[in-house]
Amino acid sequence: MDIFAQLLVNGLIAGGTYALAAVGYSMVYSILKFINFAHGSIAMVGAYITFFLAIQSLHLPLPAAFFLSMLLTALLGISVERIAYRPLRRAPKLSTLTTAIAVSFVLDAAVMILMGADIKTFSLPVMQGYSIGPVLITPVQIIIIGASFFFMLLLYILLTRTKLGKAIRAVADDPSLAEASGINANVIIAAVFGIGSALAAAAGSLIGLDTNLQPTMGFLITIKAFAAVVLGGLGSVYGAIVGGFIIGIVENLGVWVIPPVWKDTIAYGILILVLFVRPAGLFGSVEQAGVLQQ
Amino acid sequence: MEIAVHLLVLITIYGILAISLNLMVGMAGLFNLGLAAFYGIGAYTSAILSRNFGVPVGLSLLAGVALSALIGFIIGLPTVKLVGDYLAVVTMGLGEITRAVFKNWVPVTRGPMGLPGIPHMSLFGFKLDTAPLFLAFSFVMIAISFIFVERIRLSPFGRVLRGVREDEMGAQALGKNTYWYKMIALVVGSGLAGLAGGLFAHYMSFIDPSSFVMWLTFFIFLAIMMGGLGNNLGAVVATGVLMVLREGLRFAGLPPAVAAPLQQLIFGILLIIMTIFAPRGLIPEQKPRYD
Repeated sequence: MDIFAQLLVNGLIAGGTYALAAVGYSMVYSILKFINFAHGSIAMVGAYITFFLAIQSLHLPLPAAFFLSMLLTALLGISVERIAYRPLRRAPKLSTLTTAIAVSFVLDAAVMILMGADIKTFSLPVMQGYSIGPVLITPVQIIIIGASFFFMLLLYILLTRTKLGKAIRAVADDPSLAEASGINANVIIAAVFGIGSALAAAAGSLIGLDTNLQPTMGFLITIKAFAAVVLGGLGSVYGAIVGGFIIGIVENLGVWVIPPVWKDTIAYGILILVLFVRPAGLFGSVEQAGVLQQ
Repeated sequence: MEIAVHLLVLITIYGILAISLNLMVGMAGLFNLGLAAFYGIGAYTSAILSRNFGVPVGLSLLAGVALSALIGFIIGLPTVKLVGDYLAVVTMGLGEITRAVFKNWVPVTRGPMGLPGIPHMSLFGFKLDTAPLFLAFSFVMIAISFIFVERIRLSPFGRVLRGVREDEMGAQALGKNTYWYKMIALVVGSGLAGLAGGLFAHYMSFIDPSSFVMWLTFFIFLAIMMGGLGNNLGAVVATGVLMVLREGLRFAGLPPAVAAPLQQLIFGILLIIMTIFAPRGLIPEQKPRYD
């Protein structure tokens, strides 16, 4: 039972980071009906910016580096949309998917050239863990889970209590109707890419704190976040959060029964299972999933 | 000279991959990001069967093709009826999973150490153990694949596939069961990628997980974009041009730690520019004439 509680807590920690990454996917999908394959790589860049600012060169305090990285990554996300996606908005879907893949390869390559392809760790000083009942949790892990809840709460307030949030929901609902009521869709789309990328940077940095950094980590983030989004229902922001937590928990509990080297394949197994059983996910509608009637 | 022959063999093998991807992406609009996975499944299946179980090489090659096609079928069952993005992520995931299997299923695949001593191809008791001999064989293979997929393209079946790519709803309205059209394209494409993998294994006589990475899929993607989506000849020619270009970059004298990502960076930017300015490729597909 003790090990169960411990694995559950580890799962919550991982799940929080996946949920943060998945939210960006879901927001972009609900507005543009397009899966931003570069999202995982953007999260990876965010993690590296935090690492660069805090450890490698400027030695900024970690929170400062973290927020600066979110800001810079938001700008990166907005630029990627402006340069690579906007010219293709009316092009066939195949074209946008192709550029998104290309963008992720460019970002991975750029980080490999600038920072090296080796694994990097934040190597924070080892701190005394706390025991809560049978569960051992380190201060870093507490920060990780606290931060993911904090950002999700922030996003909830943004989407439900602000004018921008209302506009985002309006564009997601019906872009042409939103334009007709005086909302500039381009601005909203840029804002969504900015917010999504900032959250991705947070997710990437937290994953980096939890485990380590590698230029290829983007692909894994993409697959896990996508599994979370599909599980929660494509286009549903809250579904993505729930999906992220489920993926994180199942993945960590899975280590109980299968060797840890297969841990990363669990998210993929869940993804395939959901597609077979209920492609619309837990909270999604069938139309959102784009299931074609046969 | 040896390098030229080696390069030509690789061009024929990668050319088969380009034909396979062109069938799936260019002709049917199926966004398959797991090409390297199917390629790897074909390679490992044929290598293990012939090396560990003494299965004759021709037969093991066919088994590799069959298993790749089967995996394509299973992956396609739930995903082909959804919008294209699903297939893209599921196949991309498949790429990561197969690589995990190659790396971690050590008793069978020997993990990162790779499989050495894969038997050479032999035809009617005649061993194809030199590069020029193998080139002749792989050339015949790419020619067969090419003619096969061209026949598909020019047939009524190919016409429906293009219809599915352009407007799936429209094709359905005309009473076509688009699900099975797409499934067949996916299964044939996966099988062809498996064939390329088998050829690679028996040519190199050594394989390890590093040959079956996502980067390869991306490279072939760039080739079919350059050659023109749906244009098979263009795809093969572009594969050749890109491979020569890649060898050139390798000889430029940069340390490998920089050269590989630099290549990736250049090809990535090239692909973005091309998708924006020439979305149908440099030599767009010609409208087939039906006489």
